[in-house]
Amino acid sequence: MKINSILAATTLPLLLASTIASAQTVDVKISNLTQGMFFTPLLVSAHDNNQHLFESGAVASAELTAMAEGGEISDLVTATEALGAINSANPAGGLLAPSTSTMVSDLDTGSNGYLSITAMLLPTNDGFVGLDSWVIPEVAGTYTIFLNAYDAGTEANDELVNGGAAVGVLGIPANPGGNGGTNGTGVTTDESNQNIHIHRGNIGDADSTAGISDVDSRIHRWLNPVAKVVVTVK
Amino acid sequence: MNFKKYVSIGLSVCSIVTLSACSDNDSNDSNDEVTPEVITQSYELTLSNLSNNQPLSPLAVAIHGESYTAWTIGEESSLGLEKLAEEGDGTDFLIEATDSGAYTTKAGAGLIFPGDSETLDIESISSDDLKLTFASMFINTNDAFIGKKGLDLTSLDIGDEMTVLIPVYDAGTEANNELSGTIPGPSDGGEGFNALRDDVNVVSRHPGVVTNEDGYADSILDSSHRFDAPAAKLVLKRTQ
Repeated sequence: MKINSILAATTLPLLLASTIASAQTVDVKISNLTQGMFFTPLLVSAHDNNQHLFESGAVASAELTAMAEGGEISDLVTATEALGAINSANPAGGLLAPSTSTMVSDLDTGSNGYLSITAMLLPTNDGFVGLDSWVIPEVAGTYTIFLNAYDAGTEANDELVNGGAAVGVLGIPANPGGNGGTNGTGVTTDESNQNIHIHRGNIGDADSTAGISDVDSRIHRWLNPVAKVVVTVK
Repeated sequence: MNFKKYVSIGLSVCSIVTLSACSDNDSNDSNDEVTPEVITQSYELTLSNLSNNQPLSPLAVAIHGESYTAWTIGEESSLGLEKLAEEGDGTDFLIEATDSGAYTTKAGAGLIFPGDSETLDIESISSDDLKLTFASMFINTNDAFIGKKGLDLTSLDIGDEMTVLIPVYDAGTEANNELSGTIPGPSDGGEGFNALRDDVNVVSRHPGVVTNEDGYADSILDSSHRFDAPAAKLVLKRTQ
């Protein structure tokens, strides 16, 4: 009985979703709600139900890893567009600073019924803000979604700012706010959950020249959600 | 000491509300034959503090229309919001709401301690543009406040109720240094409002407190003061 009802519950939205083929035009406003964390260039992607930018609980793709460890979205753009996605890459024209917003206007989703969003969180090792396959409503209106911070599971959260942007290089690429520390010893070298999971948050410390971390515990922590997305279906 | 002040502020605002309610009753008593119009909409607001050790300052509640926005992520706090978030005194916050066209305001009776709740009745003129805003300080912090702004009331029919979980914001007006002497709540008994703005000076979601049990030895806060979102539960019922 239980299994049946679960199947029914999951199948129904899929059936409904599969009927969504009409072109939609949407505005997408993305607000960074945090006090101290930057978003790297955002990727806003309208795609079909055969692809995901990421899936929580699953291993990160190589393309997602490049985004989560270094803020590099070009591989995600290439891979998704090869499968018919309509993207808005880097709508903020660079970093989206804490407590600021950016807007994607008049994105024509074509036949794509799903919306996904990613951006790396700085300063983190492989933290990112994400939306996975939100069903774009058929009914015109304004819809609000709150996004959580994820950990790609691909790099240990040592919290050392050393320019380590390349995939496989341990470290945080940059702290754009310039308000952290240096010469930390490293929080950890282990990444116990190597699937995409909810980020545990930065630990940080209050020592600007030593300590375990190069991020500041009073500035570079956050509580979920970290972003607010307002989608206007026209 | 500060808490006594909060209580007296709460009482004085309540008495003002009572007086205005009395004058409404007087006008209703006139015996004219005109079909009575519903001139007020009444709401029962219950706020539950879901934190572990963060008492809430007396609630500051306003019912208003489209014209008033109490705060916006990424924009500076008003002076009234700064005072509410640093000291727990919502007096100026409510004056600002009134000055921005709020139909009615109401102050809570006192602190709402963790695990406790407070119920307030508030009524407003009838309108098809009715929103509710409230705010309250987490008093064992530098400048954290909880609240909801611009909650749409027009979809609530008489007898309907809605439940909203409430996040934690940072006023951005005082650095979250957690140092002794900077936090007005019982964890410290330190300073409340200070006009100096030594933080990012924009409103954001709050990053949480670090505390002296999580690697920040200088903090006056301990692990009991940590919090996550949501911070509180709002149940709003339309009674008339």
